[in-house]
Formats: sequence, C-alpha cells, structure tokens
Amino acid sequence: MNLIFGKLTLEQIPYNEPIIMGAVGGAALLVLAVVAVITWYGRWHWLWSEYLTSVDHKKIGIMYILLGLVMLLRGFADAIMMRIQQAMALSPNPGYLPPHHYDQIFSAHGVIMIFFVAMPLVVGLMNIAVPLQIGARDVAFPFLNSLSFWLTFSGAILVNASLIFGEFAKTGWAAYPPLSELSFSPDVGVDYYIWSLQISGIGTLLTGVNFLTTILRMRAPGMKMMRMPIFTWTAFCTNVLIVAAFPILTVTLALLGLDRYAGMHFFTNDGGGEQMMYVNLFWAWGHPEVYILVLPAFGVFSEVVATFSGKPLFGYKSMVWATIAITFFSFVVWLHHFFTMGAGANVNAFFGIATMIIAVPTGVKMFNWLFTMFRGRVRFSVPMLWTIGFMITFTIGGMTGVLLAMPGADFVLHNSLFLVAHFHNTIIGGVVFGMFAGLNYWFPKATGIRLSEPLGRASFWCWLVGFYVAFMPLYVLGFMGMTRRLNHYDNPDWQPWLVLAGFGVAIIALGILFSILQIAWSIWKRDELRDLSGDPWDGRTLEWATSSPPPIYNFAETPRVTEIDAWANMKADGGGMFVRSTPYYDIHLPKNTAAGLLIGLFSIGLGFGLVWHIWWMVGLSALAMLAALLHRLFQDEIAFIIPAAEVKDMEMQRLEGAGRS
Amino acid sequence: MSYLKHRPGKSVASVFRRFTPGKSRLARLRSASVVLGFALLLAGCRFVVLDPSGPIAAKEKQLILISTALMLLVVLPVIILTLIFAFWYRASNTRANAMPTWAHSNAIEVVVWTVPLLIVITLGWLAWTTTHALDPYRPLEGNGTPTLEIDVVALDWKWLFVYPGENIATVNEVAFPVDTPVRFQITSDTVMNSFFIPGLAGQIYAMAGMRTELSLIANKPGTFGGLSANYSGAGFSGMRFKALAMSPGDFDAWTRKVAASGRPLDTAAFDDLAKDKSNSPVVYYAPGNPGLLQGLINKYRHAPPPAHAGH
Repeated sequence: MNLIFGKLTLEQIPYNEPIIMGAVGGAALLVLAVVAVITWYGRWHWLWSEYLTSVDHKKIGIMYILLGLVMLLRGFADAIMMRIQQAMALSPNPGYLPPHHYDQIFSAHGVIMIFFVAMPLVVGLMNIAVPLQIGARDVAFPFLNSLSFWLTFSGAILVNASLIFGEFAKTGWAAYPPLSELSFSPDVGVDYYIWSLQISGIGTLLTGVNFLTTILRMRAPGMKMMRMPIFTWTAFCTNVLIVAAFPILTVTLALLGLDRYAGMHFFTNDGGGEQMMYVNLFWAWGHPEVYILVLPAFGVFSEVVATFSGKPLFGYKSMVWATIAITFFSFVVWLHHFFTMGAGANVNAFFGIATMIIAVPTGVKMFNWLFTMFRGRVRFSVPMLWTIGFMITFTIGGMTGVLLAMPGADFVLHNSLFLVAHFHNTIIGGVVFGMFAGLNYWFPKATGIRLSEPLGRASFWCWLVGFYVAFMPLYVLGFMGMTRRLNHYDNPDWQPWLVLAGFGVAIIALGILFSILQIAWSIWKRDELRDLSGDPWDGRTLEWATSSPPPIYNFAETPRVTEIDAWANMKADGGGMFVRSTPYYDIHLPKNTAAGLLIGLFSIGLGFGLVWHIWWMVGLSALAMLAALLHRLFQDEIAFIIPAAEVKDMEMQRLEGAGRS
Repeated sequence: MSYLKHRPGKSVASVFRRFTPGKSRLARLRSASVVLGFALLLAGCRFVVLDPSGPIAAKEKQLILISTALMLLVVLPVIILTLIFAFWYRASNTRANAMPTWAHSNAIEVVVWTVPLLIVITLGWLAWTTTHALDPYRPLEGNGTPTLEIDVVALDWKWLFVYPGENIATVNEVAFPVDTPVRFQITSDTVMNSFFIPGLAGQIYAMAGMRTELSLIANKPGTFGGLSANYSGAGFSGMRFKALAMSPGDFDAWTRKVAASGRPLDTAAFDDLAKDKSNSPVVYYAPGNPGLLQGLINKYRHAPPPAHAGH
C-alpha cells in the first residue's frame, strides 16, 4: 500500500471534523455549481479557447484576479474563525477550536492572504495594465505568462487540498525551524507549505522575468523610462524585487525540504544546524515581498489620484526616485523582523535606522498624492474613495511601523497584537485598498463593463469602517501585553477588545459581500453599464487609448509617445488614437496553447506526490510536465496573423462603437 | 492533551453570557455597555506595556511616547491635509482655484523631502542611543547590590528557572528581590520561544544550542505575568509563568522554601520534565543543577563538556 499511496491513509481524511467537512462540502458544491452552469450554457469550448489556453495578458490578468478573489474568501473564512475563537476563549472557556485546528488556521490565513490573494491580485493588475500602458501588443513571453498563472493556480490548489487530505502547517506562516523540522512537525502540513510555495514561487519568478523584459524592451517608441506611467514604474520595481528576492525563498524552502526529506541539518537544533539562518533568509525574501505587494498599490493610487483630480501627478520625478529608493532600501532592513534574536546593539540600531529611512520616500509619495489633489477637480468615484481611505489609513500604519523599527520599542511590541495590527494596517490599508482601487479603475478596461458605483461605495465604507473596528483594538491589546497566535488566554481585560475586533471583521465581511454583489450586479446589468468610449474616467495613460475591452492586439497602430501622460496629451492635441491616417498592417500574435495549463495541472500531481511520498506520482507528473514542455518547445507554429483587412474591419467597428457613446 | 482543558459543547453564546450575569434588564443593559466598550476607556491601568515597574520597561515606554509624538508632527498634517484638499478641491466646488496643469513646485518638493528627513534623522539618533541603552545584554547597576544570576530554559511548554548561586530550580515561577539587577541567561531545549515579562523589560528569543541574555531590575514588589511571545506549538498559549518581585527578606524566605520542599533536578527529573509535553504547575527543585544551561547548549553544539573547555 505504501508503494501506491505513500503516507496517505484513510485516517488522514478528517471525516469527524464538522467544520472542515462543511468547508470541503461547500467548496465541492460551489465547484459543481460552476461546472453545471458552464455545461448548461454550453460554454466549455469558449472557456477553453478564450481563457484556459489563452496567452493573452488581459485574459490571464482576469484569471489571476479571479483566483485572488476566490482565495480571499478562503483566507477570510480563516480570519473569521480566528476572531470567533479569540472572542470566546477566555479561560476556562477553551473556545471551539483546539490548538491542532486553530494553529493550522492562522498559518493558512497568512500563507493564503500573502501568496494566493495579494500576489495574484497584484500580478493580475500588472497583467491587465502594464502592456497597455506601455503600448505593447502583449508581454515579452506570452506562453511563460500562461505557465506562471497555472503554477500559481497549482499552488493554491495544493493549499486547499490540505483541507481534506491530511492537514496544513501548524507553524505560523513563516514556518520557523526548528518547529517546522521533522522532529517537531512530523505531519505533512509543512510539506504542503513547502511545495505549494515552491510551485507558485517558480510561477512568480517567471512573472518577474517576463515583466522586466516586457517593460525594458517593449515600450512604445518615444516612451523613455522617465515617461513611463507611474504604475508601470512601480510594476518595474516590483519585478526587480521579485527577480532578486524570490530565488532566496526558493533556496530557503529547498534547504528546509532537504532537512525534512533527506535528513540534512541546515536548520535543525542538532547536527550543526542553524535556525537563525532560516530566519535571516526568510526575511531577506520576506521584507522585499511586502514591497513587491505594496509598490504596485502605490502605482494604482498614483494613477487614480491623477485621473480623478484631472491633473498630472504632482512631482513625477520625485515619485519615481522615491519608488527606486524604496526598492533599494527594502533589501537592507530584513533584520527588523527579529531585533529580539540577540543581535548586538550596533546591528539592531543599523537595521532600525535603515527601516526608518524608508519612511522618507514613502512620506514624499504621500505628499505628492496630496499635492496632486491640490488645485485639482477631485471626482469621488469609487477608485478615488479607496485612495483617500488609503492615504489616511496607511499613514497610521506607517507611523506604527516606524515605532516598531525602533529596537527599544520593538522589544516590548514584537510578536504582540500591536505588530499584527501594524501589518494588517499596511497590507489592508495599502495593498487591499490599492487592489480594490485598481479593480474598480481597470474593470471597465478589462471587461468593457463599468462597475456599479453605489455597490462599490457600500463595499468601500464597510471595508474602511470594518478595518478600524477590527484592528484598532489589536493595537490596544498589544499595549495590554497580548501576544499573537494565542489559542486561549486568562486575562479578562482582553476579551471586550477581542469581541469588538470580531464585530469589525463582520463589517469587513459585509464589504466583501458588497464587492461580490458589485461585480455580479454589474455583469448582470452589463448592457446599461457598457463602456463604449474606452476611456470612462478621462484617463491619462495609454491603456485608455484603446477600446474596452481592448482588441486582442491592443493597438492597431503602435502609439508614439512624446511626453508623460501620453493619452492625456493626445487628447489635448485633438483626437488622439482615434484619428487615423496611416494604413493598417498585418498583426502577428501568439497562438493559444494548452501547454501552460497542462504543466500547471501536472505540477499539482508533483506537489501532492511529494507531500505524501507517493513516488510513482512524483515521477509520472514530472515526466508529464517535461513532455508538455518539450512538446511546446518543438512546436513551430506558435503564432498566427490577423490580416490588415480584418484589422481594419475590427477597428472600424470599435471606432463606430466609441462614436456612438 | 493535559495542556488543553478542552470542554466540548461550549457555544459561542457562552462568550456573551459572561457579560450578562445579572437577571434584571438593567443589569443586562449595563453589561452590554461593557461589551460596547465604555469601560474599555477606563482600563488604563491594564496597559501593562505602558505601566512599567522597572527602569528598562519605563525607558521603553518613554521611547514609545516620544517617537509617537515626533511622528505625529508629520502624520497629523498629512491626515488633515488629505481631508481638507479632497473636500475643498471637490469637482463641484466652483470657488476652488483649479489649475489642471499644475504639477510641479520646487519649494514644495524641498519641503516634502526635508521634513520627513529631519524627523527621521531625529528618530535615527534616538534609535541609536536607546538601542544601546536598552540592549538587553547590557549589565545593569542597581544600588550596589550584586547581580542575581538566573538561567532560563524553554521547554515544551513551560519555563525552567535554575538559580546557580542558590542551587535551586523552579518551573513556571521565578522570584527575585526588588532593586537588584537580575541577569537571565536563556536557552531552549526545544523550538524557538521568546522570554518576556512585559511589565519589567523587553523580550529575547530562547534558542537551542545558543545562549541569549536579558537584564532587568524590578522597582517595586509585585507579581508580574511572564510568557513566551514566540509561537512554539500546540501548548504555546499556556506557556506562562509568574515573576515575583519581593523584598530581600521575602526572597530569602522564598529560596529557603524552595530548597526545603524541592526534589533534586537530576537527569531523570529533567528528562521527565522535558518529555512531558504539557503546560505545568509550579514545581520546585533542590538541588538545582547549576551546570544545566551550559550542558544543554553543549548537547546541541557537540562541544566538549565545560571542564575541558576552559581556555
């Protein structure tokens, strides 16, 4: 049996845990419902050719965002369970989640929110916006882009598989050894952690390579680096960080894997292992990672604040240099995650001060957004609401961050709920708000449908109020000496604050509900909310120069750029892209391919086999991945041509549409 | 499973029941207001981090307050300006002076780079001096009393304290005289933990095969909660101990009590303690195995025993 099933036995399936089985049942029903709907409407072929096998950056972007939103529901369900547990578990009440279950939940919550919510949303928005903003036809490596997505998808599936087959890590999302070593975590949880992050991490690294090349090599003529839209600048810096930081994570997890699978001693207590090395390596990736997430959010806010103030961004050059400064400094601050590990005062002070220095360019950005509104005509559309909410919320998060960067203060605040409040303050107030701003901003571009404003506003206000009600109590609890990851506690003073935080999470849940409603309602009412202009917000950058959604080739004619805010200038000069005198040309585009999808799906088998030591499955999956890759590499016909006449027809049609609006 | 007093069948409602002990409507209303947070504001004395009982914790509190005040110098204007600008320059305000191409001003640029820079320079100076002053390894000087040495071992999921000088040891209870510098030398015989008595000093990690240090002084007698601040597995939440700061006379009495009532902390006793993966009541040991800390570090480091390593 071991040969066939490895370590997997029937006992590993938690039949007797009603919460888990309920979640699995619910997820299964949801999947069945989706399958039924697709079958009922006969859309399998459409799904296959338009999305699953597509190498079009716009479609891949949509799939990334869908993945991020679905996983947000999973990660948020974990959050609700944690909040209920902590609201209940004042001794002698143990709450409803024993440590065995609770510890998996907070670990899964962190992993899912960072890797499978924030990352897909960020990469999704980059996919949708960056090639359009630089006037490109697609990314530099369209097939690689599809592969990146499917590897990320595979990682997400593996994390969720741990719900029903075995369990997830009980180590916290950073999986510090020696707790994550075999001797203290003999179960498969940490293995799920390792392989889901390894597989999706490779996908992310490939994204980094792809977008760096795209931004460096595929900009429209005339778009010098210092003329790029700020979102593209932040995407560029983020991908520099991805390419520099993700290999560190890959190596670190590989070393942990060697400890667990091959009996080595990189991070064990004994045998010469060095647990502090893991912590250093993890955060050498982990700190740049938070900037990988937040820089594109800064980019979104920069675009939104300029567009909705009806003005160019204030201090473009300052903004660019501030972004570059943050990119650099994000690599020299990692030790602030463990001032309390016994480093000397000089070392701690160095990293503390380096961390504070990041506050300078971040502060400059904040002022630049402020002065973009100054003397503008501010329209409070949904993306702008998220931006203003961000400016206030993130400033508070920045302040508590600088406080934590002070080693002397960190000694009492580290590992406390103050810390938890701080990073949720920056990640929700920065990244999540940014992603919702971006989603509302670019949804019409990606789909041709504007999102409902009233539902969008409802979602924003619930998130904003919910955030403050949920996390301000955690700051307070930090000062009351409550540490993170507690399953139960005996201090009655804490409970009212935890109950209050629970109410906050309920308000956020409403915000998520309104977001889902907003998307569903807008698709339902798509005929009323159709964006025919291609430029619903009076935008400033090139993505608004084409139709919504853009044709598969993005731009029939490559735009020529002479200034920052290329599209605003074209409009100011009269007519812009819509005025056309040049003849149409044949357009050369990459064909769809199932290779990325297949490699991604086989990598689920690879990961699952590795987790459970099912070696035949590992071998077969690896072979299948290799075969799919080789098949792709030896294909000659990977592109097709849209003839000039057809391009002309398509362009005429869309210009007519735009004229009608 | 002894670390977990698990009581299945307790419902969510029981949380709320805690706040509704009274039968009358009025009482229930009053308790509800507690839930709604009116009493929360009165809970000032419960902010243990902001209510220090020793010089280190006091300086840490002071540092938090000064840094926050400095940052508010820039944070408050940003928040207020955000609201003012967004409101005043709203598209519908015809009285606002809109300038749709204005996007640069050297004067503003200089200010927005300089102000944060000046604040960060001040904070950086503060960080440098306080990081050295509050370094947990820095020996402290009391009013002339010699430093009390206590070795700390993190176990699954309890704290073992060894007093090499007094030749006693305790589990989950540590005592020391007030106004006396105490130096903890800390290690772990299991995963990473963090040794933390919030009312008295900062925290420091406990790691196997390594020794970390923390010094503190308690200024007034009292019982302080101590804990592991770094998640260490299933029993982590119950990994708590009491730190007792007492008068020198009481401390002597306490050591005599431990010495009289404890059993020897020999290898067998230690192994029992380390292997019993649970939270633990207070236990006293005597004699207390003064070489235990170094022995545990050597166990993981494969170093020769201390007798041969004396050079």
